[in-house]
Amino acid sequence: MTTGSITLSDDPLVRFILRRADDALVLGHRLSEWCGHAPLLEEEMALANIALDHLGQARALYSYAAEVEAAGHDEDAYAYRRDPVDYLNLLLVERPNGDFAHTIVRLWLYSAFMSLWWQAMTASKDAQLAALAARAVKEVAYHLRHASNWVVRLGDGTPESLRRAQTALDLLWPYAGEMLTSQPDEAALTANGIAIDPETLRQPWLQRITSDAAQAALRLPSAPFSQQGGRRGNHSEAMGHLLAELQYMQRAYPGAQW
Amino acid sequence: MVSHLSTDAARRIAEAVPDPEVPVLTLGDLGIIRAVALSETGVDVTITPTYSGCPAMNAIGMDISLALGEAGYGAVRIKTVLSPAWSTDWISAEGHAKLKAFGIAPPHPRGTDLPVVCPHCGSASTSEIAHFGSTACKALWRCNTCREPFDHFKCH
Ligand SMILES: [Zn+2]
Repeated sequence: MTTGSITLSDDPLVRFILRRADDALVLGHRLSEWCGHAPLLEEEMALANIALDHLGQARALYSYAAEVEAAGHDEDAYAYRRDPVDYLNLLLVERPNGDFAHTIVRLWLYSAFMSLWWQAMTASKDAQLAALAARAVKEVAYHLRHASNWVVRLGDGTPESLRRAQTALDLLWPYAGEMLTSQPDEAALTANGIAIDPETLRQPWLQRITSDAAQAALRLPSAPFSQQGGRRGNHSEAMGHLLAELQYMQRAYPGAQW
Repeated sequence: MVSHLSTDAARRIAEAVPDPEVPVLTLGDLGIIRAVALSETGVDVTITPTYSGCPAMNAIGMDISLALGEAGYGAVRIKTVLSPAWSTDWISAEGHAKLKAFGIAPPHPRGTDLPVVCPHCGSASTSEIAHFGSTACKALWRCNTCREPFDHFKCH
């Protein structure tokens, strides 16, 4: 039984897939932390459903990464046997949940981007990624609808809900730019029509966010997108705590099955 | 291989397996059985997953293996194929009728904007209570005419 951490290939396609798989796993984990704590029953179901969608997307992407990497890793090895420095998710998705408004504003910022991203990926020249995108694009449409409905309700709600939504947006905004930023090691994949340059989605993303924010009476922060690094494995302290919980069982009892 | 075993018979068995989450539908009604192939070493069943986050997919594979195993098909291998992606348009007309009889409003053809009709009284005056229901495929609705709540199989 191998027990230590795995070493990742530096194949650009593997890293490209793992980045999105890690986003989905980590956000799915964060959303699942609401289980039993949501403010109302319908929301309990919604957050759990959305968490499951992300977990499902992560599993499909990890399985495909394993196939491409061909190094004998599987989805569990990627999820349970990598250290924070080998996780390539956005800093945005690892932020702790905070209050309900903070969780929803994050989901909104992320889903607004991912709905554009999956849509664009349905045209990827990689048939497997295009097929995954065809399924995910339908799921993220619901996530975005749910999150943006809530953002409008919170922003255009009571002074307290507006205050919380605006605080969340101000706190999360510096983290939102990382998903819009081109990754140098993805340039060749983009040129070959396999990957999408996220930079091309910046304007449509900003348009959607601006329009929703206007409806919600939220003010878009002017702060720069200063918080980046997750895509290269430079994570915040929160990521270590998250993985400690997510990986505990497999680290303590390697290979445990039930 | 025993002589009564055939590809057609194996397909019928696989298609008759009930969906674990919406047991009124069979996998055949759902339209997820893509191919069944008999060989010297057993049978290969190819399915297309419905939703990314559907926890029933593992159970579906086990149920198919069990049903074919009991019928004497030996080794059953479940393969999944993602492309083309499954959609609710693949649910058969019989599946629609079964859902309705069970009290679940069936999905509309994708890209249409028809009203969700109450499966109890047939009223088209209905409203969504919660978009995310008891399973990934269902939303919770209410009829404005008879006031009964019901599940709606979401278009996907
Ligand atoms: Zn009715």
